[in-house]
Amino acid sequence: MVAVSFDNAYEAVSEANDEARWAFGTGFEDPLAGVDTSLPSGVDGDDLATYCLMLGDDALVMSHRLQQWCTNAPELEDEVALANIGLDLLGQARLLLTRAGKADGSERSEDALAFFRDEQDFRNVRLAELPNGDFAFSMARLLVFATWRLALLQRLTDSRDPVLAAIAAKGVKEVTYHRDYAAQWTVRLGDGTEHSQQRMQAGLDAVWPFVGELFEPHPVIARLPAIAVDPGMLREEFDGVLTQVCSAATLSMPGTPPIAGVAGRTGCDGVHTEEMGFLLAELQSLARAHPEATW
Amino acid sequence: MTTQLSEEDLERHFERTVEHDLRLEPRDWVPDGYRKTMIRQIAQHAHSEIIGMQPEGNWITRAPSLRRKAILLAKVQDEAGHGLYLYSAAETLGADRGDLTERLISGRQKYSSIFNYPTLTFADVGVIGWLVDGAAICNQVPLCRCSYGPYARAMIRICKEESFHQRQGYELLMTMMRGTEAQRRMVQDATNRWWWPSLMMFGPPDGDSPNTAQSMAWKIKRHTNDELRQRFVDMTVPQAEALGVTLPDPELTWNAERGHYDFGEIDWSEFKEVLRGNGPCNAQRVAHRKAAHDDGAWVREAAAAHARKVRETA
Repeated sequence: MVAVSFDNAYEAVSEANDEARWAFGTGFEDPLAGVDTSLPSGVDGDDLATYCLMLGDDALVMSHRLQQWCTNAPELEDEVALANIGLDLLGQARLLLTRAGKADGSERSEDALAFFRDEQDFRNVRLAELPNGDFAFSMARLLVFATWRLALLQRLTDSRDPVLAAIAAKGVKEVTYHRDYAAQWTVRLGDGTEHSQQRMQAGLDAVWPFVGELFEPHPVIARLPAIAVDPGMLREEFDGVLTQVCSAATLSMPGTPPIAGVAGRTGCDGVHTEEMGFLLAELQSLARAHPEATW
Repeated sequence: MTTQLSEEDLERHFERTVEHDLRLEPRDWVPDGYRKTMIRQIAQHAHSEIIGMQPEGNWITRAPSLRRKAILLAKVQDEAGHGLYLYSAAETLGADRGDLTERLISGRQKYSSIFNYPTLTFADVGVIGWLVDGAAICNQVPLCRCSYGPYARAMIRICKEESFHQRQGYELLMTMMRGTEAQRRMVQDATNRWWWPSLMMFGPPDGDSPNTAQSMAWKIKRHTNDELRQRFVDMTVPQAEALGVTLPDPELTWNAERGHYDFGEIDWSEFKEVLRGNGPCNAQRVAHRKAAHDDGAWVREAAAAHARKVRETA
């Protein structure tokens, strides 16, 4: 804790600062304290790194979209909540990207991976990169994202990779709240006014084409048994939660068909929507303008 | 106890509370003038926190490292939190948050003029932490002893967090000054742009500050604008030296006789122009806040409608 003298609040500023871990996520506890960070035996480092990038990029890109809500939320309480969710995901992204840079032996830092990778090397699902739309679309997307991610992280806590298991354990607590927040808004908007119900239904319908991709098998995941989570296993739980929320919200489960990839390749293969280029331009511009700088 | 107290008794109780440095609480009787002044001050402070999210929020998505991004996002989130509890403090005096927001977006209530300046580089994020939060702390530390209890308590928490933000801002600048030549130029440029507006944050000179005397008598305010401004300058000069930047004032010199730094004349015509609404970002800041509020109207209506339905079926 920072001790503050109220007669001279300036004393604090001239102190030497060695708090290198400020705002690593939202907390100050190291979620990897005491965790064995060496690679589990028999695991291909490149595959593990790719998997960490998939999970990390989902969090990083989704966090970016939440950051864009900042100063634009419908109510101050939601400013706080959306920033909180964005911070949680940013914290998850940092741990996962750091793990990726270790696992593949490249020693690339979280920043090298976030700011100096090109679009085709980003492995996030397309759902995460879609522009925010209105508050209903953003809540529909967050509900889908958090429901899927929570189901995934819950299973990942049993991963044979102790680092992934520890990151997942931290994430479960956070994403439980994210899902709850989005579900509550889905219910309020669905079962609010006639106008809000239409917008909430439209939001869910617009998000739905990007749901199928979340549960697609991937060769990298298939090569990491007991380390990674098979996404196909998550669909039933996901559908159960969505059905329950839609019912409470007096909304229909969307039936919009899934959107195709390009020759079968989608976000986790590095094939994104046209929006992704603009997102990365914003995210990476300053870091790339000063590649020699330290911040 | 339902003893009827006369207006004179109430007034005496108020005056004694202020005189003995005790706190006035929400249900205590206070004169209308005190209530109006307090609501205006707390509301302007709340508005400043909320509008202040914009210039810094401008850099969140472009922050050049993930650590800086997390720090900045957390800071802007803190400001939303400060706004929330300040609006709550105003509500203890009978104000309504929705009404105060209307006053802000219709231009009837003001916020700190400092936020009408643009953030042009990432160094601005650090300089805002160092100078703007620094000046805010200087203004706000004495408010932790303000006569109105809810405001004083809110200020204690806010000052703690502001102090943390200031350290983070200063640390960013230290890091940038150890970096590349371009980064050092950025820090100097941002310092040049923010120095004078920071000095203006303390308000007009004492001779031109009509509300100060009454606020000091009521112990809402503890020091005059010029006293606080001097304190800020005295504290900041050594920090600028440690950082290695030049403060853009050729007249800034130590005056051994006074035991303070002398500094140049502030351009009060610029201050007045910004106050009048003609600063670089006044229109933009209010329009942004209004757009967010208007865009969210259907969401708030839906939430209210849903809450009614829940109550009716309960």
